[in-house]
Amino acid sequence: MSHWIIAPIVLPAMLAPFIVLAARYHIGIQRVFSLVGVLALIAISAGLAWTASDGTIILYQLGDWAAPFGIVVVGDMLSTLMILLTSVLALFVLLYVIGSGWDDRGRHFHALFQFQLMGIMGAFLTGDLFNLFVFFEVLLIASYGLMIHAGGNVRLRAGVQYVLFNLLGSTLFLFALGSIYAETGTLNMADLALRAQLISGDATVGIRVAPVLLLLVFAIKAAVVPLHFWLPSSYAEAPGPVAALFAIMTKVGAYAIIRVYTMIFPPELEATAGLHDVWLMPAALISLALGMIGVLAAKSLDRLVAFAVIGSMGMVMVAIALMTPEGIAAALYYIVHSTFAGAALFLIVDLVKSSRPSLALTTLPPIAGAPLTAGLFFAAAIAMAGLPPLSGFIGKLLILDASFDTPFGVWIWAVVLGASLISIVGFTRAGSVVFWKANSVEPPEDPTPVAAPHFLSYTAAGGLVALMAAFTVFGGHAQAYMVATSEQLFSPEPYIAIVVETEGKLSDANGEGDH
Amino acid sequence: MEVLVASAVGILTATGLYLVLRLRTFPVILGMSLLTYAVNVFLFASGRLTIGAPPILTDGVTTYTDPLPQALVLTAIVISFGMTAVVVMIALGAYLGTNDDLVDDRIGTDEEDAA
Repeated sequence: MSHWIIAPIVLPAMLAPFIVLAARYHIGIQRVFSLVGVLALIAISAGLAWTASDGTIILYQLGDWAAPFGIVVVGDMLSTLMILLTSVLALFVLLYVIGSGWDDRGRHFHALFQFQLMGIMGAFLTGDLFNLFVFFEVLLIASYGLMIHAGGNVRLRAGVQYVLFNLLGSTLFLFALGSIYAETGTLNMADLALRAQLISGDATVGIRVAPVLLLLVFAIKAAVVPLHFWLPSSYAEAPGPVAALFAIMTKVGAYAIIRVYTMIFPPELEATAGLHDVWLMPAALISLALGMIGVLAAKSLDRLVAFAVIGSMGMVMVAIALMTPEGIAAALYYIVHSTFAGAALFLIVDLVKSSRPSLALTTLPPIAGAPLTAGLFFAAAIAMAGLPPLSGFIGKLLILDASFDTPFGVWIWAVVLGASLISIVGFTRAGSVVFWKANSVEPPEDPTPVAAPHFLSYTAAGGLVALMAAFTVFGGHAQAYMVATSEQLFSPEPYIAIVVETEGKLSDANGEGDH
Repeated sequence: MEVLVASAVGILTATGLYLVLRLRTFPVILGMSLLTYAVNVFLFASGRLTIGAPPILTDGVTTYTDPLPQALVLTAIVISFGMTAVVVMIALGAYLGTNDDLVDDRIGTDEEDAA
């Protein structure tokens, strides 16, 4: 049993207290440790993804306790893909934070950042539903700290809404876990998958509650309409790089939906009948439409990007709600793309904000470093709106292709294409008002000189755009990998067998529990 | 006993939800606490309600109580306690800064500079 699979959780968990205890007064040392930690995370995640890429399931039993009793950490293609995505995103966000000096405007940024990474990594890797709840709380409590980093009244008020909404979500999660445990007597995902299949069709009254509650919880995380109300304020008011890091947090919800509803509650199960097609699909389509209408209606640049994130999550959910191997593969491709696109846009918004009195979409004199920032915004907006040549176009094409033969085909094509058009208009309007019309305004008499943003900031935002370009150029390879991941998800038998049958302490024949 | 526990969960949830739907932070936080109490009792009940039964295998005993939900409840209590403390601090900060404790956005505050 290799210990590497636990490293993405343990490394940030050790680094964060170290930064607080040993380096709290030295921002330079904090930066070095944080950066080295994230680089190590990328290396470890890449190694794990390489190991898992041939279909190997990496299992780690904590304390060597066998599966239904002990906690397991499991790495398959999906988990390792997501942790690699997280660590790469974290690197660019960290570069931006260091370049723009955001970490120096409040205390303990790097420690909270590492705890946030620990929570996200744990949520992606755990093989136990209660553990998933615990890691959700870890990533949330770190995100509360990051969200109100550097303070300010508007930010604190948005923070209160964000915390309360997520506390409600956590309470719902516990209710769901309680009903699952009462019905099946286990919370290990693989064990649960076996037991959920054993429940006969006429005895599903109790277990039916659980998938619905879990879907609500994950939909809150993924900001699916009508559970999206927390997102626009919190993402718009959070510090720019923090909002960029939060781009992965909505994907945690999407990941959890994919994991739970392919393995534990697959669509053919009696207990989940109607959940995907009757409930999730319309909600996803409305999210997509509402998000892109929000892009057009937004009065400031940060809200515009927040609504674009809601729209792109709607797009992901449309693909997930198809619940076919092609749909999930398309969703995975779009998840990677929209993480980079959302993060890049939030970083660019922060670049604009650094030399503009407000982010309102009104005509103001040009910002410092306008040509480069405008070029980056142009590229990122193209990606987010899904125009060729960047990866958003390919992702959208894959989703449209996956939905072609399904009963929702007409609806999906109409909403996806209509929403894209609206978002193009919205982004065009924002870009022309902020960057183009700025040249028509007389600059003030004695302009206070504002330095152009640090080159590290541009490296970070530009790096994310470059990653999207690479994701387009190597789209064929990426797509093949997503298809393989999706196939692994839709045949979960090896995953379940490895988790349940691997020997450990207490793994005798009497492993059935007492229910 | 089932009726007692079930109605306790129900009443706690109902009052909690009512308070959460208020507009000011203090009742909302109280409501959140009531909801977490409700969920803790609910988690307890998920391991079946038994009185005076041992939680570990012992000779000559046929009825057992399930120890796992108690461990889950302990974790949930610790987490919800910590979360409540965090939300109280943030809400207090927001109240002292803006001089009102309304939870929702006021019209026109969007454009105010945060810093």
